[in-house]
Amino acid sequence: MAVQTATPPLPAALVAGKDLSGQRMLDRPALALLALLALLGIFVPLFNLAVPETSALHVTTYTVALLGKYMTYAMLALAVDLVWGYCGILTLGHSAFFALGGYAIGMYLMREIGARGVYGNPLLPDFMVFLNWKTLPWYWHGFDMFWFAALMVCGVPGLLALVFGWLAFRSRVTGVYLSIITQALTYALMLAFFRNDMGFGGNNGFTDFKDLLGFGLHAPGTRVGLFVASVVALAIGYLTCRYVVMSRAGRVIQAVRDAESRARFLGYRVESYKLWVFVFSAMLAGVAGALYVPQVGIINPGEFAPLNSIELVIWVAVGGRGTLYGAVAGALLVNYAKTYLTAALPEMWLYALGALFVLVTVFLPRGVVGLVARVAGRKAARA
Amino acid sequence: MNIARLAGKLSGRSRSARSPRVGQIVTGDPLAVGPDASHGLILYIEDITVSFDGFKALNSLTLYIETGELRCIIGPNGAGKTTMMDVITGKTRPDSGSAWFGQTIDLLAHTEPEIAQAGIGRKFQKPTVFAQHTVFENLELSMAGDKSVWHGLFARLTPLERDRIDEVMETIGLADCRQALAGTLSHGQKQWLEIGMLLMQAPRLLLVDEPVAGMTPQETERTAELLTSLAGAHSVIVVEHDMDFVRSIAKKVTVLHEGQVLAEGSIDQVQNDPKVVEVYLGE
Repeated sequence: MAVQTATPPLPAALVAGKDLSGQRMLDRPALALLALLALLGIFVPLFNLAVPETSALHVTTYTVALLGKYMTYAMLALAVDLVWGYCGILTLGHSAFFALGGYAIGMYLMREIGARGVYGNPLLPDFMVFLNWKTLPWYWHGFDMFWFAALMVCGVPGLLALVFGWLAFRSRVTGVYLSIITQALTYALMLAFFRNDMGFGGNNGFTDFKDLLGFGLHAPGTRVGLFVASVVALAIGYLTCRYVVMSRAGRVIQAVRDAESRARFLGYRVESYKLWVFVFSAMLAGVAGALYVPQVGIINPGEFAPLNSIELVIWVAVGGRGTLYGAVAGALLVNYAKTYLTAALPEMWLYALGALFVLVTVFLPRGVVGLVARVAGRKAARA
Repeated sequence: MNIARLAGKLSGRSRSARSPRVGQIVTGDPLAVGPDASHGLILYIEDITVSFDGFKALNSLTLYIETGELRCIIGPNGAGKTTMMDVITGKTRPDSGSAWFGQTIDLLAHTEPEIAQAGIGRKFQKPTVFAQHTVFENLELSMAGDKSVWHGLFARLTPLERDRIDEVMETIGLADCRQALAGTLSHGQKQWLEIGMLLMQAPRLLLVDEPVAGMTPQETERTAELLTSLAGAHSVIVVEHDMDFVRSIAKKVTVLHEGQVLAEGSIDQVQNDPKVVEVYLGE
């Protein structure tokens, strides 16, 4: 067909005040989320450090750590939403990447203890002395340097996702089969990390951390610092994911979700796109895990438990998948409910979680944010 | 050019037309350069056999498509039409035979995305569009060009590309629905959108599987116009059951039966062919 040089047609979408290629990067939910994070990042530290403990406005250090933990969960939910909500890969093993990121920073924290451990060995962490090990295993070298540990926080989950994804996507494993092997992946890792001779502290994992970059982990200032770091990481993580899904590559990823063979016959290497998203998401989960561990003070193989991975899929489903901000909302809502219920009615939590998942699947296929959007739409229609 | 190739050129369409590749000078990656159709043929299907559990879906099928022609392929169910398309687009690997896109691109040595990038577009029988994307985005994603992840992360539409999308949107008659989600379109509109997506790919060869199934007579008529207008600049292969539709667009028809070519010629020749009548009598 000859390329016409006729007058450019009037872009209909410009009349509607919308860019032709779609929505803006910072739409209303995005701005609302960033504003909320900014408020949390400013006022929580303020009310913790500057307001005296006797005041009703004081935020306890316990709450700061709890909120910080929620922030890292929200980041993990973003990672899951990217692969599940946007690319249609139902991953049931994402807590593995979260735990690996946590173990990477945990190794640094263990090395940082140095001679202050129970056995006072300057080189070997306590559990190795206990196991009568004489030398540091080769894979523990380098973790005395923060930059190296930080690199591994992204590198290890990313590499595992790369190898696993390359094998799975190349063989065109999809749907429920892929979900099952991701579940098997995290289960296998859990069993491996439970073994003492793996050199990761067996079922006790790592704990008794002293300090991070020279800051005492129990000092309120460090707690607040970690909280702010988690808020900032969540904001950056959100903006990065948002950029990805708004880019053309992001539209291809959604196209793969909706019609994989069509995308393939249009000339897209579907496997590359899936692999890229999967690796990126695994790295994001790794960073979340690395921020989580110093705030809770422990990492053990329980973090690899298959149930954890399923639970975080529920967060995303409750919030509303394929929206990013829905994943954040879901992680915050479900975890708040969990904190509340496990204190008030400990034996009820798992039933409540199950019921929540069933109710959301049946009545709220687009999650809480979908419900909010529907109610808002109805109000707008009435007005 | 060696003797065999020269002979091939003279005789037009023998197996030796391009099979001997010794001494041929290839400049650049044939995939990137696109098909070399300098001998007037865009597609060479030769002796292709595909069997599934002993059933021969294609039985040494040989077929040539000329550059710019609109070819209709008809045949009863199970004649091998869809399998043939699968072979051409790299989805199914044949047991034996060869398939070449122009002179230089061996279709059996490439993956689906590579073949698509080289210039073969395929429309599925069931309209397949990206339901959660707008008409505009569907066309944008189909555009020829760099399809890598890295490029996709930073790509911005140029004014020229926007014009191209607008132009295709006019061609397929969906200019009024540019911001509509593709999933909300009618069946006929989805079929046209999918054809539009193929056009954005700027293919040399279009494979169109049952484009008018489920269409109203008006939609069928528009589709006939659309496909006829595409021939010339593109080579088009249409697989269709609807004989009235085939009559309205085809100059040349190939009848497939049990994985082989049963007859080839104008629609009148084919319809009066006793072999074809025999195969179709039962229907």
